[in-house]
Amino acid sequence: MSTFVLLTITGLGLGAMYFLVASGLSLIYGLMGVLNFAHGAFITFGAYAAWWLTTQISTSFEGELLAATAFGLAAGAALGALVEFVFIRPLYRRPIEQVLVTVGLALSLGALVFGIWGADPQIFPVPDWMFDTTTILGANIPNDRFVEIGVAAIVLVGLVSFLRFTRAGLIIRAGVENRSMVTALGIDVRKTFTFVFALGGALAALAGVLSGIYFGSVDPGRGTSLLIFAFIVVVIGGFGSIGGSAVAAVVVGLVQQYANYYVADWLDWSGAGDVSVMLLLATVLLLRPEGLAPKVAH
Amino acid sequence: MSSAPALEVADLHVYLGESHVLQGVSFAVEKGGVTALLGRNGVGKTTTLRALLGLVPRSRGTVQIDGENATQLPTHAIVRRGVGYVPEDRDVFAGLTVEENLRLAVRVGDGRYDLVYELFPELRQRGDQRAGTLSGGQQQMVAIARALLNDNALLLIDEPTKGLAPALVTDVAVALERAAELSTILLVEQNLGVAKRLAEHVVVLDGGRVVHEGAARELFASPQRVQQLLGVHGAGH
Repeated sequence: MSTFVLLTITGLGLGAMYFLVASGLSLIYGLMGVLNFAHGAFITFGAYAAWWLTTQISTSFEGELLAATAFGLAAGAALGALVEFVFIRPLYRRPIEQVLVTVGLALSLGALVFGIWGADPQIFPVPDWMFDTTTILGANIPNDRFVEIGVAAIVLVGLVSFLRFTRAGLIIRAGVENRSMVTALGIDVRKTFTFVFALGGALAALAGVLSGIYFGSVDPGRGTSLLIFAFIVVVIGGFGSIGGSAVAAVVVGLVQQYANYYVADWLDWSGAGDVSVMLLLATVLLLRPEGLAPKVAH
Repeated sequence: MSSAPALEVADLHVYLGESHVLQGVSFAVEKGGVTALLGRNGVGKTTTLRALLGLVPRSRGTVQIDGENATQLPTHAIVRRGVGYVPEDRDVFAGLTVEENLRLAVRVGDGRYDLVYELFPELRQRGDQRAGTLSGGQQQMVAIARALLNDNALLLIDEPTKGLAPALVTDVAVALERAAELSTILLVEQNLGVAKRLAEHVVVLDGGRVVHEGAARELFASPQRVQQLLGVHGAGH
């Protein structure tokens, strides 16, 4: 029982990171039709920006972490807005070129981080209490898991409230359904595009920071590895749906964790978690190719 | 108010893929009343409206709104010049409520909700209902209401009675008559009965070109001419 509880909460922690990455990715594709392969670079960039700040300041662990998180979020948002404004905006209605430019950005930003800080993981400073454990139903759960789950839950509530109760959110929800009709109502949807890219960049950076806490370090390949699963989450959840992404992220995180333990133990096979997620994706694509909640931002 | 036409289109060309849909469309819509843009299916009426708004790329031609060149403006800027648009397929936002659809359309001020609810009282009662669950007629009410919420000088309305039951066609025609008291309307309409009831002027397209312009009364007075230009008998009902 204690193992199951540990796996469940760890899976939720992993799902929390997937959700943060997938929500931005999903909104960007849903609203703008841009398949953003540079999203992984936003994760890495945000994580390294946060880590870099911790090497420049010296306060309590909590103070450093809060400042680093804020800095990482700002860096991710700025990078997202810059990418949209400089690279994506001139390429609307040219999807092939968009894919090429985002792939190019992903490769070049990854290489930039690699060139500056090297391939070795950098230790991410985490307050001691996050290393401690809390016992739930006999399972000793690392406290950082609750932080990751809590942050993702707050972001989910915040995003849903934003989409539901603000005019900008209304424009995004409408734009996900029918972008040209939004412009035909006199709304400059390009500003919304930049905002959504900045929001996606900030959320990806937050996922990067949380991954630093989860794994205890940051490395140049972090964004790429998270992005693969985030894409799967977006496809399962339905492009443009925040709620769908949240549900899919939880399911993917749990399936991965359970399979990594139970199936891997049974078959003596370390790749069981990743393969199980792929099987889940294939099943959803066969039974419900449009995802759990298609094309409606909510 | 300037004496320039509400809308002036000159030598408008549009390609959709390989197809040269508009081949030099030119016409003017004078201020006030309703001008009907007529023609057989597939002659480019909807494309003309979409091209005026920049929703499809124009390869050549100019568009002037109230005497000012709007050719290079993006869609949202054209609309902000005081142009309302009711698309052929209604294009309501299905996942949004009726109230949200209307709120999204309000550009400045509080919006003319009094006018909208006077014409379509049903929309007030259905404010919390998702637009995707409305009937076709109710969705058309939302689509027209969105254009009427703002003080638009020009309304581009594309087949507002398409697919509607006869009783609803009358309701829509009454609403458009009221709208015509407030704005100039360029109306694409296949129902010649409605076009005859509303329009003072007509522009007829064929093969991507304007083949007739003039007073509606004169055209509809000649069944032979209607048959020749539109391929239908008489002026409908």
